Amino acid sequence: MPRRNDISKILVVGSGPIVIGQSAEFDYSGTQACKALKAEGYEVVLVNSNPATIMTDPELADRTYIEPLTREYVEEIIRLESERMSDSDGRRTGVFALLPTVGGQTALNLAVDLADSGILDKYGVELIGAKLGAIKKAEDRLLFKDAMTRVGLDVPRSALVNNIRDGLEFAVKIGFPIIIRPSFTLGGSGGGIAYNREELMDILARGLDLSPVHECLIEESVLGWKEFELEVMRDLADNVIIICSIENMDPMGVHTGDSITVAPAQTLTDREYQAMRDAAIRVMREIGVETGGSNVQFAINPTNGRMTVIEMNPRVSRSSALASKATGFPIAKIAAKLAVGYTLDEIPNDITRKTPACFEPTIDYVVVKIPKWQFEKFPGADENLGPQMKSVGEVMAMGRTFKEAMMKALRSLETGKRTGAEVIEPRRLTQRLVTPQPERMDYIRYALRAGSPSQQPSASAGAGLSVREVARMTSMDPWFLYQIKEVTDTITNLAGYSLDSVPANLLRKAKRMGISDARIADVWGLRGTEAQTQIRDLRKSFGIQPVFKKVDTCAAEFESDTPYLYSTYDEEDESAPTAKRKVIILGSGPNRIGQGIEFDYCCCHAAFALREDEYETIMVNCNPETVSTDYDTSDRLYFEPLTLEDVLAIYEHESASGAEIGMIVQFGGQTPLNLALPLKAAGVRILGTSPESIDLAEDRRRFGKLLEELEIPQPPGAIATSVEEALEGADRVGYPVLVRPSYVLGGRAMVIAYDRNAVSHYMKEAVEYSQERPVLVDHFLEDAVEVDVDALCDGHEVLIAGIMQHIEEAGIHSGDSSCVLPSVDLAPSTLETIRAFTRKLAIALNVVGLVNLQFAIQRRVGEPDKVFVIEVNPRASRTVPYVSKATGVPLAKIAARLMTGRTLRELLPEQLAERTDLATGTHFFVKSPVFPWNKFPGVDTVLGPEMKSTGEVMGVADNFGEAFAKAQLSAGQILPVKGTVFFSVNDRDKSTVVDLARQYVELGFNLVATHGTAEVLEKAGLIVERVHKVKEGRPNVVDLIKGERIHLIVNTPHGQDTFFDEKAIRRAAVTQRIPTITTLAAARAAAEGIAATQRRQITVNALQQLHREAIAAR
Amino acid sequence: MPAILALEDGRIFRGEGYGAKGECFGEVVFNTSLTGYQEIFTDPSYAGQIVVLTNPQIGNYGTNAADNEATRPYIEGLVVREFSPISSNWRSEQVTDEYLERFNVPVIGEIDTRALVRHLRARGVMRGVISSIESDPEKLIAKARSIPKIDGTDLATVVSTKALYEWDAKDGRNGDPLRRGEDAPRMPEPDLHVVAYDYGIKQNILRMLAREGCRVTVVPAQTSAQDVLALEPDGIFLSNGPGDPEPVTYAHENIRKLAGRKPIFGICLGHQLIGLALGGKTYKLRFGHHGGNHPVQQTGTGKIEITAHNHNFAVDPDSLKESDVDLTHVDLNDNTLEGLRHRSLPLFSVQYHPEASPGPHDSNYLFAEFRKMMEDWKK
Ligand SMILES: Nc1ncnc2c1ncn2[C@@H]1O[C@H](COP(=O)(O)OP(=O)(O)O)[C@@H](O)[C@H]1O
Ligand SMILES: Nc1ncnc2c1ncn2[C@@H]1O[C@H](COP(=O)(O)OP(=O)(O)O)[C@@H](O)[C@H]1O
Ligand SMILES: [Mg+2]
Ligand SMILES: [Mg+2]
Repeated sequence: MPRRNDISKILVVGSGPIVIGQSAEFDYSGTQACKALKAEGYEVVLVNSNPATIMTDPELADRTYIEPLTREYVEEIIRLESERMSDSDGRRTGVFALLPTVGGQTALNLAVDLADSGILDKYGVELIGAKLGAIKKAEDRLLFKDAMTRVGLDVPRSALVNNIRDGLEFAVKIGFPIIIRPSFTLGGSGGGIAYNREELMDILARGLDLSPVHECLIEESVLGWKEFELEVMRDLADNVIIICSIENMDPMGVHTGDSITVAPAQTLTDREYQAMRDAAIRVMREIGVETGGSNVQFAINPTNGRMTVIEMNPRVSRSSALASKATGFPIAKIAAKLAVGYTLDEIPNDITRKTPACFEPTIDYVVVKIPKWQFEKFPGADENLGPQMKSVGEVMAMGRTFKEAMMKALRSLETGKRTGAEVIEPRRLTQRLVTPQPERMDYIRYALRAGSPSQQPSASAGAGLSVREVARMTSMDPWFLYQIKEVTDTITNLAGYSLDSVPANLLRKAKRMGISDARIADVWGLRGTEAQTQIRDLRKSFGIQPVFKKVDTCAAEFESDTPYLYSTYDEEDESAPTAKRKVIILGSGPNRIGQGIEFDYCCCHAAFALREDEYETIMVNCNPETVSTDYDTSDRLYFEPLTLEDVLAIYEHESASGAEIGMIVQFGGQTPLNLALPLKAAGVRILGTSPESIDLAEDRRRFGKLLEELEIPQPPGAIATSVEEALEGADRVGYPVLVRPSYVLGGRAMVIAYDRNAVSHYMKEAVEYSQERPVLVDHFLEDAVEVDVDALCDGHEVLIAGIMQHIEEAGIHSGDSSCVLPSVDLAPSTLETIRAFTRKLAIALNVVGLVNLQFAIQRRVGEPDKVFVIEVNPRASRTVPYVSKATGVPLAKIAARLMTGRTLRELLPEQLAERTDLATGTHFFVKSPVFPWNKFPGVDTVLGPEMKSTGEVMGVADNFGEAFAKAQLSAGQILPVKGTVFFSVNDRDKSTVVDLARQYVELGFNLVATHGTAEVLEKAGLIVERVHKVKEGRPNVVDLIKGERIHLIVNTPHGQDTFFDEKAIRRAAVTQRIPTITTLAAARAAAEGIAATQRRQITVNALQQLHREAIAAR
Repeated sequence: MPAILALEDGRIFRGEGYGAKGECFGEVVFNTSLTGYQEIFTDPSYAGQIVVLTNPQIGNYGTNAADNEATRPYIEGLVVREFSPISSNWRSEQVTDEYLERFNVPVIGEIDTRALVRHLRARGVMRGVISSIESDPEKLIAKARSIPKIDGTDLATVVSTKALYEWDAKDGRNGDPLRRGEDAPRMPEPDLHVVAYDYGIKQNILRMLAREGCRVTVVPAQTSAQDVLALEPDGIFLSNGPGDPEPVTYAHENIRKLAGRKPIFGICLGHQLIGLALGGKTYKLRFGHHGGNHPVQQTGTGKIEITAHNHNFAVDPDSLKESDVDLTHVDLNDNTLEGLRHRSLPLFSVQYHPEASPGPHDSNYLFAEFRKMMEDWKK
């Protein structure tokens, strides 16, 4: 069946902000889908609230709406778009289709909502990819189980409940432990394992609340069984193919997203595998997914092979992104083509170009994916891994063997910990092996290491357990554990030798197992980058070097010319470098809080721009979720760890041709930046801002001196390498102080200390520091306005891209505070100062490319504003995509070109001439962060200088209030339009709270306040209901919140004394999903937003339109 | 123990020896299946061949009697990237290494199988030697050159059963190897009789026929048409097998005699023999089809089956222009002919392996079609 010509317009729905369980993989799938559909000549309309995505680039769709993914807003988009579809006499020009399968659970749920509420019918919109019936059958856990039973497939016994009592009844019937899984939630939100009544009641209550349909499935536990996934594709002609099998090393009970997974499946006989394949195909047909990709999850009892179906997702997923990267088969792209009528045999295989896409990829390497967790950012969070996903990102690695892939993946994780120097608590061994936690792999390696500490350094001593014992405790397949044991044995073996005595064959063996030079150096007690150089030289003297092999979907059966490469220690290299002039772009590695999709966006743009400029673009990254690791983003893709060893190997390999070559480290966030100096030392040509400047900006002492020379004020600061120094420094700069380790991203381990105790406690408990990594003590600027600036510089001239005014004041991490473009209430003179400082610094640091600066502005009535520099990042920043979307100027592309020697004069002549910031036209663009609180019940939600948000959204409108309200809505904070506001503010805020409260009263809200605050408000003649603090007695504020008597909370932190009270308030608010605002600045913005919402106008804007207007305005 | 793989064109690979210590000779072919190494070892069609597996991790799940396609391995030797010294699977009865040692099959591991496959892809299949006893590559290369080529040799006779036998479907293992004892599916009471020519027949073919309610009599490759008809079959099956179909002339004649007398179904070598019997020609593929992921299209319906392949030869479609047959199946990767059906006589065949094992089950339906053909013929 060929392309459907009746369709003329297709609405693609994105997945919204990056959250745990729904990450960059949907930018990858959405981008592929948009590209594919556009290439087919359809009119593509895109809606997604996430500005940091490639898919929301104006080129990728005909009209791009960065709007809230809610029924109201999407209906408005559909209305506008279908209007544009009727010809002069009002007749529809073609079919208006909606593709809901590339935007994760969000898009799927939204599609169901639009269908159920009759909106799709009203505007005659057709769902393609997956029909309503199929979606419901797959997503509704009960319908799904019935379907499975109908086709004779085994499923765990279960019951669907909508109240606690039924839940308990059923639990008694089948016995504990028991699995709770809410319907229609993503990443298993609200799911859990209950081992007893209490846990069941607790988890079930939360689950019911989180499920949009207030339903949970209670299910017989198959904990400890082997978990598998098959990625399946089907076309309209009912051809079904399996793209990839994935085996979870972690058994059932740990969410696939939190499991170490391996492709292809390693421990299944053909009979077992084919039985699973048959089952998956039956599932596809029974559920009725007509076209596209789906994944089906299975559990297998390791003792008797009993196979049960766990779930299927009728859409592309995290696993399908992984499968695409693992096999080279672009599932989302093909899925999009199938959705518009093509059959698999009509689509060519991208990689071989000669054979059709209708086949099952076979691979001659092994792929390992390991999740990355960040519990350290959420003190008090439950670190046990279960049916609810908790990881924030993942890495993937390829090797010719499981061992090699595993070791490469482990070093891709950037745990910050020195390899082999994990903190192990031997007494906890059993518990740590039995209960899955992030460190489980460390404990497995320790458990399998030979016991006797005597013969070698204690770092490599272990517990000497047998594979069988460890298998019993972890329920992991012995085959995997045996592989790990082979590695630990080899390391122990190496420890018996030294740099000069190690035999070549042992070293070769170790490298073939994927053991890193750093690890080997470590075994021999050698430290630092020089040590790595020694190992590298030793290897070369033995002729032990990696080769690069192709990912080709067919195990070399057919030729392929797509250079998608991975390194391995094998015989033949099949990727001779070209003689073209080339640029290597280092990616940002696994997504993590503080370093996420924004940096991948920049890397992709660098590749796009330089490809246009006829450089051969070479991408290096290890994150399977990203667009940068799509083989057609760059000319060559190296799927490799971002470590010195691996990057150097690639550089040496690529430069072997003698062609002009350079490397870009500016776009991948801190990861490549940390490699800049060692890379340069090893002779790599770094493009753009020099590593020395980068280092200068990071080095407080030298940077401080520079600011003095330039006469640019910064908060007084000190540097400490001991408790005494810290205290002495704090006294000197004046309390409150902000203490933190140097060289961190996302404000890791950064706290505000109000007194000496706090400081010494921090130094003793909170941080690790050393001579080369001291602790920074800065005076903390209270209630200052924070501003983020992104600027371009070619070494001679500076162009300011955007001055973003934060909503929350300084003290809330820039990544965690909402901000607005253009700034709303900064004095022109202040803006001028900011521009002047920016220009001076960019030139002084000799920036070539992008630079990001953060300023804090102290505003005192009667005094002129004081502008302080907080930090300068001579690299692409988190806000680059947002500013690019707001201004219509692709900053990263231009930066990349500047790095290759082009000039601003040449690239942005008019803008440069104007000497002002890039224009944003008539609209306001508000960026708001999104937090993972619902994944970590009980964790305090207060914001501070340490970043906690996982993603961001953008709200656009012609007035600030509405833009802010939209951003909040997209971020999941639904501002109330009526009801009661609760106020509890600290003394500093008491003076200003009155006007704010009055604003809310005028908007028709009632006021509730704690005594102190109420006092002030009543004095000002406002009517306030007083309420007890938690300690003061009942009914207290928490009771009111739980009683749903409060609809908005304004609670500015008082500091230590009332800490627990506030914590209780915020916690209750999260569970009740009541928006909580922790700063008056934000509360004011919210008031404006509410006012706008009350006006009930729902306006949407296409990015392309806004950009056109902006240009017209100039 | 160190081992060497030497190819006739002079290329050598050094690796680790496993399985049996010693030497083996054969045509070196590669198989791209991700699962089912045991079924591959024991497929008689691999007689005379050294098999390279592209899946780099082999032996992981061990071996078990139920997954054998014949009573012993037929591959001459095995080439892998990494060979697992342990096995992990609830059905595993013997570690792969021991299993192959028991049956005297040499294995060479730790070599760059991808490099080897790319070499074979470029140069075509060639003869080779694996040795863990001879360390002089030149000697081995010379040996490789001295091996008789498969082209022109009749290996079917060599691997075929020497005597006629009734295949016993009741034998516990032959039900569904995945499920044992009481929950194994019952075989239907046989109501049809099939005589199967054994040119190197796989267990799973017999199992599939039994599942279709057939009583199966397996006869030696050289059994005459008269003797077969004397057994009063409802249908005749022509099995898969090793080697070149051309020299198996006795089979061509028997098939000509049997065509039209009884319904006939052929697989793999059986298919090639039918092609030749009907006046067609066969030719040798560059590096054959060996794997479980080949898209085969039914020319009639356009429907696609993902299929298991194991053939070095193929029937030339053009050579059948004059004959009265429809070309029913074609491989979408390289357009090789994968199936044919006679327009007037009850006779059809496929080049690939509908019995899978190893491989996808998409084509199992063909056994039902054979049954239907026999039923219709009875009327
Ligand atoms: N019956 C069960 N027993 C034990 N673990 C289970 C069971 N059902 C699901 N799980 C675990 O919970 C995880 C999440 O369940 P799943 O149905 O895949 O939800 P999601 O939609 O979040 O992927 C699975 O990956 C599996 O590890
Ligand atoms: N001296 C200061 N006074 C007030 N707030 C500060 C000060 N220094 C840092 N901050 C706050 O801490 C946040 C993180 O500090 P920053 O230096 O930007 O670290 P990072 O490198 O993680 O971005 C800033 O966004 C700002 O809100
Ligand atoms: Mg799942
Ligand atoms: Mg910052």
